[in-house]
Amino acid sequence: MIHFDQVSKRYQSGHEALRNVSFRLAAGEMAFLTGHSGAGKTTLLRLVALVERASRGQVLIGGQNLNRLAHRKIPYFRRNIGLVFQDHRLLPERTVFDNVALPLVIAGARHQEIARRVRAALDKVGLLGKERLHPLTLSGGEQQRVGIARAVVNKPPILLADEPTGNLDPELSREIMGLFGSFSNFGVTVLIATHDIELIQRMNTRTLVLSKGCLVDD
Amino acid sequence: MRAKATTPHFERGPRFQLRAWLLRHLQTLFSALGELTRSPLGTAMTAGVIGIALALPAGLYVFLDNVQAVGQNWDGKVEISLFLKDQIDDEAASRFALSLHKRSELRHVQLITRAEALEEYRQLSGFAEALNAFEQENPLPALVLVEPTLRYAQPEAIKGLVAELGRLPAVELAQFDLEWLQRLHAIIHTLKRGVVVLAALLALGVLLIVGNTIRLGIENRRAEIEIIQLVGATDAFIRRPFLYTGFCFGLLGALMAWLLVEGGLWLVRGPLAELASLYQANFLLASLGLRASLVLCLMGALLGLAGSWLAVRRHLRGIEVG
Repeated sequence: MIHFDQVSKRYQSGHEALRNVSFRLAAGEMAFLTGHSGAGKTTLLRLVALVERASRGQVLIGGQNLNRLAHRKIPYFRRNIGLVFQDHRLLPERTVFDNVALPLVIAGARHQEIARRVRAALDKVGLLGKERLHPLTLSGGEQQRVGIARAVVNKPPILLADEPTGNLDPELSREIMGLFGSFSNFGVTVLIATHDIELIQRMNTRTLVLSKGCLVDD
Repeated sequence: MRAKATTPHFERGPRFQLRAWLLRHLQTLFSALGELTRSPLGTAMTAGVIGIALALPAGLYVFLDNVQAVGQNWDGKVEISLFLKDQIDDEAASRFALSLHKRSELRHVQLITRAEALEEYRQLSGFAEALNAFEQENPLPALVLVEPTLRYAQPEAIKGLVAELGRLPAVELAQFDLEWLQRLHAIIHTLKRGVVVLAALLALGVLLIVGNTIRLGIENRRAEIEIIQLVGATDAFIRRPFLYTGFCFGLLGALMAWLLVEGGLWLVRGPLAELASLYQANFLLASLGLRASLVLCLMGALLGLAGSWLAVRRHLRGIEVG
């Protein structure tokens, strides 16, 4: 589902964030992406979500070569990818329901369908009773679960998470990671960037290790 | 959750797409209106500034329209006054008037005898007392009012006609005040140009006002724009609410301008009617009218749309997710 072939990324400042990175992630597979800060984890995720384009090499997502994807097609491509951020990136003025519904509204889904799918997604992350609340009234763990519900509400084949447990205590972190695991069991390809080594070791999952832009361990 | 690799997920037949498209636009329109009502003071101030900018040219347009209407009243009734010589008595005057009837250049001839002229003057001028002093002798000459046919009512033709009538033996003086009419037309013409220039400048002002308001809106919602870009919003989807907001601002401004112009006319109407009655005139101040009102609203809405479009084009470019 995700295929990196000799991918390098050099920023305009001259900083080389990724060097000759190659790996494959099958559909339904789950993997951690780890390394020190500045090792290139976020850059790698940004290449998958087409926030950035590779300087060299090829990124293939679901068989599609991202180098050849026209700029105006990027939004439609992104609808296939669920994104979870460390800082949640929720819209504070909108309710939990509206936040989770956002990808569906953007894709032009029907009212009834939106309501049904948002409830299903919120049910999955255990927040069904909190639709009418605003994100800022929720705890950090709950906000992150709203972010996850938003990422999966339109059933994307790929789920990317950038330090999703960065601000959470170990108990909550384990819970969130369990949630990602369950999505992978349903066939979603999950790639999680984290530096929480302890958590990774306990999970016994495939781990890609980046160091100074190079893939040093798989 | 079974993975599906197709994009987008919610495509159905063209009719469904059309309905979804319409629904989306309606939703955006209403959410833009909702956004505007959420900060009523700011909205009112922006709409007010746009309204004043639009009211100036619209008001001048109405003013000139009315002045032109006054001019046209005269245009429609081109009348030459022939003051007859003192020694012409009533009988000779009516014979003269009959002879004028036969001329093909004239379509209407009216004789006002000396007695009638005196009576009319008494009634209209308020100098009845003074005139009574002349009791024995009527100082006013007999007057023949002639109206040329349409062909001779043109500015050049009428000059020749007036000169020709003035040379008739019975006529003391042929008078036709053409110059002031020509001057009025020239003035109106000049002012109309001025209004066009002013309107163009103020339209530019409206573009800048709306553009700046929308730019601030974009800056305020930068984080939100980044987020919805990340979850797959197209540029059109991001642009749409701002365009609708600009459209609403323009339309609200136009309505404000309409109220200002109509309010101004309403204030002027009473005193003006009084003034007109002092001149024995029956002058009704025309308002904007349906067509001009619609044009005003359309212009306002289009300017709002154009202003927001410029702002969106310029400032959304700068936002790329990061």
